[in-house]
Amino acid sequence: MSAAVDFRIRWGMVIDIDKCTGCGVCLSACQKENNIPPGQDPADRFRSLNWLFIYDLSKAPGGQPEAAFLPRPCMQCGKPSCVSVCPVIATDKNEEGGIVSQIYPRCFGCRYCMASCPYHARVFGWYDPKWTPEAKELITPHTSCRPRGVVEKCTFCHHRFMYAKDKARVAGEDPGHLAEDAYIPACVEACPTGAMHFGDLNNPEHAVYKLKHDPNAFRLLERLGTDPQVYYISTREWVRRLGDNYLDGEALNAPTHRYGAVGHGGGHAAAGAAHAAPAHGEPAHGEPAHGEASEGGQSGHGKE
Amino acid sequence: MANKSSASSGGALPFFIGFIAMLFVGWWVFPQALFSAMEQPIRFSHKVHAEDQGMACEDCHFFNEDGSYNGIPATAKCAECHSDVLGEDPDEKKFVEEYVSKEKEVPWVAYQDQPDNVFFSHAAHQKQECTSCHPDMAGNDTPPTVFVNKLTGYTQLDHKMLNDTGTMKMYRCERCHALNGQSNACYVCHR
Repeated sequence: MSAAVDFRIRWGMVIDIDKCTGCGVCLSACQKENNIPPGQDPADRFRSLNWLFIYDLSKAPGGQPEAAFLPRPCMQCGKPSCVSVCPVIATDKNEEGGIVSQIYPRCFGCRYCMASCPYHARVFGWYDPKWTPEAKELITPHTSCRPRGVVEKCTFCHHRFMYAKDKARVAGEDPGHLAEDAYIPACVEACPTGAMHFGDLNNPEHAVYKLKHDPNAFRLLERLGTDPQVYYISTREWVRRLGDNYLDGEALNAPTHRYGAVGHGGGHAAAGAAHAAPAHGEPAHGEPAHGEASEGGQSGHGKE
Repeated sequence: MANKSSASSGGALPFFIGFIAMLFVGWWVFPQALFSAMEQPIRFSHKVHAEDQGMACEDCHFFNEDGSYNGIPATAKCAECHSDVLGEDPDEKKFVEEYVSKEKEVPWVAYQDQPDNVFFSHAAHQKQECTSCHPDMAGNDTPPTVFVNKLTGYTQLDHKMLNDTGTMKMYRCERCHALNGQSNACYVCHR
């Protein structure tokens, strides 16, 4: 783990899973904004380029289908595991704002960062980008085009941060205190249901500051200690349960931050204990017939 | 036993001739072949505008409201004055007839284009002198010839292999940032 840096600004996203319909507009907005070429075989998940990916969590408990979709940008972790493994410092987390950078000409494609990222947020260009003459006209100057053979990732549309800072400078404002709507990534801007929120997680004036303290907020694989800057909200417990690896019968948001406090939720007493012993006295094995434990094992995420 | 040294094909002179020929090819022939010289489509005179007409630099090179920098002005900006031929200059006549009246943009050649993975912000460098990066153009009467590297497409003001007249090198950005206590984080300049 890299040493965490305390940035004054931490750009972050809060995604309301209950509002997400899985329409995919965020995904296509991302592809267009960041010059992501169409894949050779879009069905090939392992070789297609998706900076933002939408996971389908939908299921049918007791025959009644329930839809849930989880858009997954780069988490811009507070302690990014990709940064510490990069042999050439092509990726780093050192700029104010806490966005993990990726410098394509510097990357030589060893893909160690992809192996280390627990969120699969990084993709590798297996093929030279192929642009039809029509698509070539749509290449934006915002993001530099990548050749094949380098790793790329979501940057929270970092160029928009640059543009917003420049606009503030010319208007005589402080680029270090951007208004909430001055800098918004393409996916958040495009979201038709308002499920995605974006702002400075450290700034009480921004909506994400309040949203991240929502009792239903959680982060993906929080107990790994990566300190992600992307939060999710769902009122449904079975969805929240999929955010991390819980034992059967283990209470949600159990205080098991093995690598120290990662600043989420309330009481941090009894650290480390809950991972071994299920909380609330429910049995760890057997039939979790009802209650919060009943949904824990529905997907592969539920068991260790 | 044959004397090995008798197999030598000459002394110092052939070596010296070859050495000179190599230097000639390396320092003159190859750079000439590598760079193609380009002239600006219109002989724009900074001297006429800045000195004779007393215009300020900011009259043409200004910041847009969205924070971007208006580096080379568009034809519409020039047409605010040059809607008709104002002087005697043949290039001005050509500019008005070929570009202003046809509402076309002039294909000016940029001297200091940055690669597409560099985000240079003029707005962040407002307090710096323009001439700390750009040549002083205020008294320039004929735009300098642009030399375009045929392999890379980068432009510069001479056809030397090692140069500081074209695209800003990363070490120069980094050195100035370090000396002025500015961040050298990757994403301060890159995208």
